Amino acid sequence: MDTIFYTLHDFLLHSKSVTYILIGGILIGLMLFWIFLTGRDEKKRTF
Amino acid sequence: MSQETAYANKSIFTPFNIIASIIIIAGLIVTVLRFTKGLGTVTNLDNNNPWGIWIGFDLLCGVALAAGGYVTSAACYIFGLKRYHSAVRPAILTAFLGYALVVLALHYDVGRPWRLPYPVFISQGTTSLLFEVGLCVFLYLSVLFIEYSPAALEWLGLKKIRNLIVRLTLVLTIFGVILSTLHQSSLGALFMIAPSKLHPLWYSNYLTVYFFISSMFSGLSMVIFEGSLAHRYFHNKMDETHLKESKDVALGFGKAASFIMMGYVGVKLIGISIDNNWHYLTTGWGAWYLLELIGFAAIPSFMYAIAVREKNLRLVRWAALISVIGVVLNRFNVSLVAFNWQLTSAERYFPSWSEIVISLFVVTIGLVVYRFIVTRMPILHEHPDYQHDN
Repeated sequence: MDTIFYTLHDFLLHSKSVTYILIGGILIGLMLFWIFLTGRDEKKRTF
Repeated sequence: MSQETAYANKSIFTPFNIIASIIIIAGLIVTVLRFTKGLGTVTNLDNNNPWGIWIGFDLLCGVALAAGGYVTSAACYIFGLKRYHSAVRPAILTAFLGYALVVLALHYDVGRPWRLPYPVFISQGTTSLLFEVGLCVFLYLSVLFIEYSPAALEWLGLKKIRNLIVRLTLVLTIFGVILSTLHQSSLGALFMIAPSKLHPLWYSNYLTVYFFISSMFSGLSMVIFEGSLAHRYFHNKMDETHLKESKDVALGFGKAASFIMMGYVGVKLIGISIDNNWHYLTTGWGAWYLLELIGFAAIPSFMYAIAVREKNLRLVRWAALISVIGVVLNRFNVSLVAFNWQLTSAERYFPSWSEIVISLFVVTIGLVVYRFIVTRMPILHEHPDYQHDN
């Protein structure tokens, strides 16, 4: 069911709250994906 | 047997030549109709749908798929990834032909070809996005021509001017990246003027970002896809370096494309969230949107990742093909399918056969010119006089 918004403030509070949580999830997800993507790379010598 | 004798003995009636000839003849007939009888005779365009597949496919897809030029040259010359050097010339050639054909196709939509220089030199509409796109495409096509020219000059034996242009490579690459950043994103911005016409799932304040990010993985995928075709059909034109590096290029570009595509999926989700458009995902339009986002972005991203982990060249090539189709689907959705979504089906646009013929005509010219250049000029191999010179 759609949330009813009475003011612009209500709308922004809702959508931005959801978005900020989503961004956190995406950042963590992208880091995990990077680890998966590079998991079998040959290790570079750093010395 | 010398190469010339081999050419002479080969029949010109190959399946490719026959099909290409038919398409070109049909295209020329429609061209005459278009420029003598006007848009109304050959297109299904109307006041509701002023842009059809000549813009949605020839221009939007053409520019996105030609992004391999700036991506590859930036990787090689700006980020110093010299192991991808063998991919630069084919990518630049594809980009140059892609942009040249975009300009050619634009003539069909705009008409009056002799007025093409007007927006840049005579009457600049500096407040218009179309002016920005036009200027960028004009400048970038010129840059691509100069970037491509060393191959033609080596073929013609003009050493001095070739050496002069090669010295400009870094500057041209920087120009190319800046100009591409500007107009790839601006093509998305063109649709921001119509928030009420474009379906909310595709309309976003981030359309510019979507178009720019998707151009990056589109370019990378196109380089892989084109490389696999070149490997198959022009294997004899490739030298040892190109053959040796082709696997590294595919896997390296696949890795980059995989991560960029996953980032793209993330940014698209943020776009849905910030406009609170989640409820549209449960509709028919939502299913179509999810097919585009998951089927043609998230899944090929995973395919790339698995292929890179397992060094599976075949899977990389399949992922590249799906990604290329995904970008074409996205541009079609934004410019045609989800555009005017509220109109009745009778008022919706579907291209006429002659519009499709012109699009096929443009692509065929690209293939014919590409084949002409690749079989003669040092694109897939290094010219013997300039080896170890790049």
